[in-house]
Amino acid sequence: MVSSVAEVLERTRAEGRAALVGYLPVGYPDVPGSIEAMVAMVEAGVDIVEIGVPYTDPLMDGPVIQHAVDAALKGGTRLADVFTAVRAVADAGAPALVMTYWNPVLRYGVDRFATDLAAAGGAGLITPDLIPDEGQEWIDAAARHDLDRVFLVAPSSTDERLRSTAEACRGFVYATAVMGVTGARAAVGDAAEELVTRARAATDKPVCVGLGVSTGAQAAEVGAFADGVIVGSALVRALSDAEGGGDRAGGIAALRDLAAELAAGVRKGR
Amino acid sequence: MSQSQPSHREGRFGAYGGRFVPEALVAALEQLDEARKKAAVDPAFQGELERLHRTYTGRPSLITEVPRFAEHAGGARILLKREDLNHTGSHKINNVLGQALLTKRMGKSRIIAETGAGQHGVASATAAALLGLSCTVYMGEKDTKRQALNVARMRLLGAEVVPVSTGSATLKDAINEAMRDWVTNVADTHYLIGTVTGPHPFPEMVRDFHRIIGVEARAQVLDLVGRLPDAVCACVGGGSNAMGIFHRFIDDASVRLVGLEAGGEGVDTGHHAARFSTGVPGVLHGAFTYVLQDEDGQTLESHSVSAGLDYPSVGPEHAFLKDSGRAEYYPVTDSEAMDAFALLCRTEGIIPAIESAHALAGALRIGRELGPDGIVLVNLSGRGDKDVDTAARWFGLVSEEELVEAEQLKAEEPVEQAEGSGW
Repeated sequence: MVSSVAEVLERTRAEGRAALVGYLPVGYPDVPGSIEAMVAMVEAGVDIVEIGVPYTDPLMDGPVIQHAVDAALKGGTRLADVFTAVRAVADAGAPALVMTYWNPVLRYGVDRFATDLAAAGGAGLITPDLIPDEGQEWIDAAARHDLDRVFLVAPSSTDERLRSTAEACRGFVYATAVMGVTGARAAVGDAAEELVTRARAATDKPVCVGLGVSTGAQAAEVGAFADGVIVGSALVRALSDAEGGGDRAGGIAALRDLAAELAAGVRKGR
Repeated sequence: MSQSQPSHREGRFGAYGGRFVPEALVAALEQLDEARKKAAVDPAFQGELERLHRTYTGRPSLITEVPRFAEHAGGARILLKREDLNHTGSHKINNVLGQALLTKRMGKSRIIAETGAGQHGVASATAAALLGLSCTVYMGEKDTKRQALNVARMRLLGAEVVPVSTGSATLKDAINEAMRDWVTNVADTHYLIGTVTGPHPFPEMVRDFHRIIGVEARAQVLDLVGRLPDAVCACVGGGSNAMGIFHRFIDDASVRLVGLEAGGEGVDTGHHAARFSTGVPGVLHGAFTYVLQDEDGQTLESHSVSAGLDYPSVGPEHAFLKDSGRAEYYPVTDSEAMDAFALLCRTEGIIPAIESAHALAGALRIGRELGPDGIVLVNLSGRGDKDVDTAARWFGLVSEEELVEAEQLKAEEPVEQAEGSGW
């Protein structure tokens, strides 16, 4: 069976463009606010939503996302809220991939998490600190519940690891454009294109690029060679800049504008 | 992950350990694993490390019997393995010299480290100075305040100290920040992890660099008393000094291995670092092991009077030793540890690190259990210079007025000068 994520990527490929994958964490500025923001993002043209699970030790994330997830945790966001967000995004018509560090899933129970995620209409998981080598329990649970498994590859990955990691992926392969953590960067750099080229030699599965993309122009640049463009910190910042001044409606509006700009970007990439 | 997985997998201690890291780090971990395996059988590497230990660290470290202290332990004999006498004042130097040599072998020019109490940071800065590596040390902002003297030491040695204000601003957040640096700069940078945790091969490698403590101590005790000790006590934060002294005794079934973790204000108060008493297995900082966490898998903040034990997780090999029953782990409260701290000062003229005072408190308990025929070996993992301020406040040796005055005087001094390069 083809996953909803794969269907979207097939459709965007047929349209001659990359898909836009937008990340937001659950619970920032609060749970209803984050869900409203995710739905707004879908309405503005985001094809796939990456729903972040707030975690106390997000070691792959830069300051913008860490600030948001800290606030979400301080505000009392719980794991159960993630499934509420998944349901809302699925209802809005976009596949929902949950981005989570591994310990919350482990603590919840791997199969129980998969069961509840599937029941909420979720598409699968992106696991930044779980490599396939350690992921058998999750791979098995995902297979049972027909869920996507998105693992990361990096510029430092060997060809052999590119192959074995891509083999373990379902949905797409997440290529981290730069060596580093999440956060907007002035330039995306050549490492991304090189990595995508190497990944394509290793797999036929779609390859989406994340880390560092923040503008429509960058989305166009990356969309020219990748199957999908993943944007996180820039979207969170759009929310938090306005939220910092107490302007919630302004935050959603800024987010909507940026999502539309990025969506236009992926449409002129090729 | 599950307990049913085979226990012989490389990088695993039973179900524990593993490599829970971003893919970007896997190549560096593979490179490190290969380098340390080659070094382990390379006479040139071993010779260089041995030479440094003999001429720089001050090994072998002494064994000191402490009879006046032992009078409070039911008459059992207590022997201290004096890692506090090592250069830089703790066991930490054993590991950093090994890893710094490996850094050079891997052709990398920079090390990063994280530190809680500052001992590992000072040791890393020292090794970097000695071997011509550049060094950045991440330290929780709270810890930079309670261990200001060690911050100054690291800067004197040429290291850059970066205070970390994210999360709980303690050791675990410093580790997160060091990991982020490593993911970004892994091409020329080695992350010199200071304890027996983190992704494979760190727990094994760090243990192996500290194994010398137990190797020496076992021979020294046999030589001194003609038999093995009945128990070996060591404090357990991440657990490096404990693994170092325990490991050589694992096959000696008659020797009890006793790890003492920080009970803080008491394990029922929620203010402690008693992972084995209240934690559950999970993943933190790259390893599957016991972690203080809530029911959503969020890491809980730990607490201890000792910054070096104030860590919500513990090395995975300790988790294995605990579950297999080979080692025992007990919490020691702040006040028990401080009582043992004071007792060693007054009876033997040795000021221990507050970390090590937890092991001393454990030795008093075990000694009373064993009675007059018992022999307890304690790893005195570090000296207490860095903890004098904490102890002075704890015991009320200086008045609040004096403390306020001292703070004011400090505030009036021009600190910028020390931060620049012109001193």
